[in-house]
Amino acid sequence: MSLAQLTLHDAADKLHKREFTAVELTESVYERIAEIEPRVRAYLTLAHDSALQDAERADERLKKNASGGALLGIPVAIKDNFLTKGLRTTCASKILGDFIPSYDATVISKIRSAGAVIIGKTNLDEFAMGSSAENSAFFPTRSPWNIERIPGGSSGGSAAAVAADECTAALGTDTGGSIRQPAACCGVVGLKPTYGRVSRYGIIAFASSMDQVGPMTKDVRDCALLLEAIAGHDPADSTSVNSPVPRYSEMLAGDIKQIRIGVPKEYFVSGVAAEVRDAVRKAINELEKQGAVIEEISLPYTEYAVAIYYIVATAEASSNLARYDGMRYGYRANARDLLDIYMLSRAAGFGAEVKRRIMLGTYVLSAGYYDAYYLKAQKVRSLIKQDFDVAFEHCDLIATPTAPTTAFQLGEKMQDPLQMYLSDVCTISVNLAGLPAVSLPCGFDKDGMPIGMQLIGKHFDEVTILRVAHHYEQSTPWHTQKPKLRD
Amino acid sequence: MKLTTEQLREVALLARLRLSPEEESPLTMELDAILRYMDKLNQLNTDHVEPFKHAISLNPLREDRVTNRPDTESLLANAPDRDGTFFKVPKIIE
Repeated sequence: MSLAQLTLHDAADKLHKREFTAVELTESVYERIAEIEPRVRAYLTLAHDSALQDAERADERLKKNASGGALLGIPVAIKDNFLTKGLRTTCASKILGDFIPSYDATVISKIRSAGAVIIGKTNLDEFAMGSSAENSAFFPTRSPWNIERIPGGSSGGSAAAVAADECTAALGTDTGGSIRQPAACCGVVGLKPTYGRVSRYGIIAFASSMDQVGPMTKDVRDCALLLEAIAGHDPADSTSVNSPVPRYSEMLAGDIKQIRIGVPKEYFVSGVAAEVRDAVRKAINELEKQGAVIEEISLPYTEYAVAIYYIVATAEASSNLARYDGMRYGYRANARDLLDIYMLSRAAGFGAEVKRRIMLGTYVLSAGYYDAYYLKAQKVRSLIKQDFDVAFEHCDLIATPTAPTTAFQLGEKMQDPLQMYLSDVCTISVNLAGLPAVSLPCGFDKDGMPIGMQLIGKHFDEVTILRVAHHYEQSTPWHTQKPKLRD
Repeated sequence: MKLTTEQLREVALLARLRLSPEEESPLTMELDAILRYMDKLNQLNTDHVEPFKHAISLNPLREDRVTNRPDTESLLANAPDRDGTFFKVPKIIE
């Protein structure tokens, strides 16, 4: 077994026991990258030189102090919408094609001071807008399970990198499912924390009322460890919450007897593939066997979530992306007139899906349409949140499929934006309501593609969903399966 | 049709996006289909529903104090065009 295959917690144990060095671990990851990256293409930018310096510094710290934190010397991949000082950050867009940030996102500062080794920046759908990583302006990433399939999106590069052992753990962002859906597609664990749990400072903004940073990892314990490292209040993000960060990794143990799990019937309808429904039902039965109390529930407004999301998210995006005007940074078209510079820079710099969403967002906010679309959507969004409030009066968590299907073929949904939007149907409500949710592997379909189960928690109750996820993982083999990546 | 080509051009101007003639017709059709899908929200009566404000209630008020140091050089490092310590932009006022 190569060092690159280790989980974060195993690697951390062995680094602290000095079984190998951080430099050796980092080199093992780059060997793996050299071997399979031409087929998977998870990374937009590799930072080999600075990563080795990070690893050397980590080894110095490990020598001096045998009780460093869990991230000390751990190779981490970063989605390319986190600002990384001195390291090219593109958001998979031509408009930021050669952008070098002058500062680190808060979560990047946090993991750097914890001693993490930053391996590189991973591919995504341009500005995190998409569900397949095909909207990258540079190239699509492919699933390590089958390179004809998508890795999911938008954090498709981070998910593929974790699944293919091209890093030990990764960070992603999730606005409508962009951590959980690719995690499900690639057979890894992905957590979207409660809105406000993790700082968004230095994350390239897409839809600010829903964007959230989270871990993508090889197992649930890794997920808890990485969440611990990135969570917490940040004065630079006024939406981050000032409440203590639990020691998630120390709260995984314990049985799940009498934990009440709600199973919403709206997530087990014909739009969700039968194989996915069956696998998630089986997983829920397994939790019942272990003592959880299962209750069928209803979240009646679920069917409106996609419509609400693509109004609210595009409205916020049209405003957030107004900053790309070719004046202070980013691509500037060659023209003399100011309006022409704006219009031509944005026309050349943004890809088709980003333009589509800016147009949609501008339309739903424009005079005469604001009430009919934006205000209406924000009202129905209240009803979505109310659905969850009611459910959580008698449930501790809610279990659903993470995605309606397993990973589809590259190109399959590129000609039909609405069909692509519907791949987010199981994840979007969680962002609209600001809740935490984790996706974890719960089986494979007949083609050998991974299936994910989503556990949705109450606000700030990451502890319960991680504990139940960990419990399930301990009794099932799914997370130990590795993609074969044959030629 | 919920969206005409005329409206598409108006929105594109508001969004500061120059659309090519080849982009206009497919984009009009795609946006029209998406807007028609969104009409399903009108099945719901929301007369007495408050619009969503925040997922969690916060009190983010703080003192308005500068905490970051000015760093002209790094802020200008990504400028498409500059003149000394200024961003260089086209003439805005005639």
